Amino acid sequence: MTVASDKRRINLDALVIRFAGDSGDGMQVAGDRFTAGSAIFGNDIATFPNYPAEIRAPAGTLAGVSAFQVQIADHDIYTPGDSPMVLVAMNPAALKANIADLAVGGVLICNSDAFDKRNLEKAGYQSNPTEDGSLDNYKLYSVPITSLTLEACKDIGAKPRDAERSKNFFALGLITWLYDRPYQSTLDFIKLRYAKNPQVVEANTLAFNAGRHFGETTEAFESSFEILPSQLTPGEYTNLTGNMALSWGLIAASTKASLPLFLGSYPITPASDILHELSKHRNFNLVTFQAEDEIAAVGSALGASFGGAIGVTTTSGPGVDLKSETIGLAVSLELPLILVDVQRGGPSTGLPTKAEQSDLLHVLFGRHGEAPVAVVAAATPAHCFEAAIEAVRIALMYRTPVYLLSDGYLANGSEPFCIPDPEELPDISIEFATSPNKILSDGSEVFWPYLRDQDTLARPLARPGTRGLEHRIGGIEKADGTGNISYDPANHELMVRLRAAKIERIADSIPPLQVDDPDGASILVLGWGSTHGAILAAVNEVRKLGKKIARAHLVHLNPFPKNLSEILNRYETVLIPEMNTGQLAMVIRSTFLKDVVQLNKIQGIPFKVSEIKAALISLLDGGQL
Amino acid sequence: MAMIEKLTRKDFMSDQEVRWCPGCGDYSILAAMQLLLADLGVERHNTVFISGIGCAARFPYYMNTYGMHSIHGRAPAIATGLAIARPDLDVWVIGGDGDMLSIGANHLLHALRRNINLVIVMFNNQIYGLTKGQYSPTSELGKITKSSPFGSADQPFNPISLALGAEATFVARTHDMDRSHMQYVLNRAHQHKGASFVEIYQNCNVFNDGAFESLTGKENRQDKLLMLRDKEPIRFGQDARYGIGLDQDGCLRIIDTDLEGTEKILTHNEYQADPSLAFALSRLGASETEPRPMGIFRDIEREDYGAAMTAQHEAAQKKNGHGDLNKLFRSQATWQV
Repeated sequence: MTVASDKRRINLDALVIRFAGDSGDGMQVAGDRFTAGSAIFGNDIATFPNYPAEIRAPAGTLAGVSAFQVQIADHDIYTPGDSPMVLVAMNPAALKANIADLAVGGVLICNSDAFDKRNLEKAGYQSNPTEDGSLDNYKLYSVPITSLTLEACKDIGAKPRDAERSKNFFALGLITWLYDRPYQSTLDFIKLRYAKNPQVVEANTLAFNAGRHFGETTEAFESSFEILPSQLTPGEYTNLTGNMALSWGLIAASTKASLPLFLGSYPITPASDILHELSKHRNFNLVTFQAEDEIAAVGSALGASFGGAIGVTTTSGPGVDLKSETIGLAVSLELPLILVDVQRGGPSTGLPTKAEQSDLLHVLFGRHGEAPVAVVAAATPAHCFEAAIEAVRIALMYRTPVYLLSDGYLANGSEPFCIPDPEELPDISIEFATSPNKILSDGSEVFWPYLRDQDTLARPLARPGTRGLEHRIGGIEKADGTGNISYDPANHELMVRLRAAKIERIADSIPPLQVDDPDGASILVLGWGSTHGAILAAVNEVRKLGKKIARAHLVHLNPFPKNLSEILNRYETVLIPEMNTGQLAMVIRSTFLKDVVQLNKIQGIPFKVSEIKAALISLLDGGQL
Repeated sequence: MAMIEKLTRKDFMSDQEVRWCPGCGDYSILAAMQLLLADLGVERHNTVFISGIGCAARFPYYMNTYGMHSIHGRAPAIATGLAIARPDLDVWVIGGDGDMLSIGANHLLHALRRNINLVIVMFNNQIYGLTKGQYSPTSELGKITKSSPFGSADQPFNPISLALGAEATFVARTHDMDRSHMQYVLNRAHQHKGASFVEIYQNCNVFNDGAFESLTGKENRQDKLLMLRDKEPIRFGQDARYGIGLDQDGCLRIIDTDLEGTEKILTHNEYQADPSLAFALSRLGASETEPRPMGIFRDIEREDYGAAMTAQHEAAQKKNGHGDLNKLFRSQATWQV
């Protein structure tokens, strides 16, 4: 893996690094900056921020540990990495919470100033691990980060308490030197981000530079490492989190549909960043509305859709439950509506900042009556962009609510996003009704809001303000065609079946599922959502061992691609890794009468590549999971 | 200029059969609305009625305009999205006291405080009708109903006080026995820019018959109803014998002009920014000796939410130019591979 180039420079092909400290230690900022610097340098990147739900849990405790993991590489990577090779621990609690993940032989940088008796006790250490030999399996560097930061800032007159807050930049500076990252972009960032407070700019700059110089001049670090730029597909890139990519996808969809975007949202972790991002771009044809609750958020979005906008609501966890009744109404009204569910651990409040794929059955079935909706799931942070456009396309074309599934891991994780040419994005515009569509027996021309297109089964949409097409719609069962209230038994059955058939028709417009199977395998790994990266990396590793594995990843979960049944039956064994107890597995079994092997993880953290790899090897060896 | 044909009530009647119970007060409200909109010559295609669930919520089906019969309590929220997305439309919200003050009270309060450009009309019959007669959030204490056989123990809401407390910019009350007053109030509500709240006392002749008879019955009105008129002394009773004044403790009191003359009678001001007197007036009628005010309690100007949103959009466009995807994609650091 390592090739020596000269005595002090060693090339690495990939590096996984984790910054860990108290919630208030600025670890997310440090990790984020390290990522941005690496992305600009041309490395492929994948990140995984992992932080507690509490804004500031008691300092020094395990509950308050916040971490940011990033993998950077000179080649395509799919996950933030299983085990960090470098761990920065700003205090004993951060060490305790993360040391088990550090690869044996990995680099461990501890802020020795924080390893005092009180902090050691808070973290539950009987003795100082940096001194008692218990960390002998790692390359341990004890660096007095706090005091060196204070020393660096002593001349600018900052109070020690304020100066100490720059210690994350000292750590970042040290790592920047150690892994030969570009530093100018971080200096620029400091100037811009803290522009309102010149003393903070100065303190952070001094701390950052002190960290770099410390690495360069200290004998302790014998060598530095570099990771060459990666070989991504040529193009222009920017680094995006899933929430940003999803927001941009919605803006692009609105632009390509030539329709205004209306976001009705109530703040909730980890979906709120979509509200924040869209709120910034008011120069586009969009409105963001922070509603009084989750119900009003989806209600306002539906009202906007009735008015001819693309109504969107974003939520997570309990918010998904609260929207159910309105979604049922949208199913009945047959109006476009986008429901973004950034899944988190449940039930109830559950794990607000952790990822899970546990809402699949809920979004498929969680409404009273038979109320089918389309479901699209994003696979990677950057894919959130494309998935958002696809969700809007389906919603507009089929006049239906569409669930767009993301999760906490995709939402906050980031990767390079290849900037598309807007002209190349699909045109997803639709036609609205402008004239009557039915001639009655007496010769009068009328507008029937439920007179369907025979291909798509979609109904015509007449926007309020269109002269002569005045009509009323509602949640009471309506007669097909006229849309008038109808309690007729046969009509109700017809409408239930029509609404379901319309969702099934969506399959006509989605691409067949691609199977990645170069060798003619007998085992298929079928994934959906954020397990994409870990599955892909695991499959690649297994293939390197000379073994055959097929892989497919579902983006459309309702309806499924038309060829899914045929694909499932092509393979002896189908493995479905999911961050739940087996929800896709249940749907596949019941829909296709095909048994599958489940691999489930419900810990609020994504699969490691090694976990999926181990399952594949076990199956290949004829074993069971 | 094109000839504008005079609209009639028929233009606003949909082809749907009206299915309220015979004798229901909703019929007179529907007629008042259809006649008013015809008189005003509003454009049917630019008019939208949004309702929740309940007897009153069937209203949009009977109006030959755009309309949506939505879900229980959520009409103000749905209408909010429509009004923000489509500031060009005339959006009306129709609901009953259960719909708007119980399951949907939260949305009502927020639509009012945000000053969404809506006319919100609440039919108050102090009972749940569609579910066949349970007490509602405006039913009086001790009310005997199917769900309160020993009397309701719920303190009722005062809808006018609630609306004023929610920072509503237009607050009014009328009743289903007086078409011309209904039309006057609805017209004023329609003219108001921002959120208008109109409470209409409406008789449910099946489950709560005569709830307002002691106030709105023809023979009782003179003594029991206090008709608010802008810039006029607040007076009621035969020959306007009584008036409303202020007591030393800050409470309103009834002045008998035969004993005290007229000089201490307060003058009503619909456009008063301070809501204190409007609120005090909303409390009148709690006891049988007090009259119940009807008319416009408050009509003040405040920028409506939609206008504020439009201004933000225009300011953002002025500052950053019209939205451009190429610019958006390069709004942060990029690199070439």
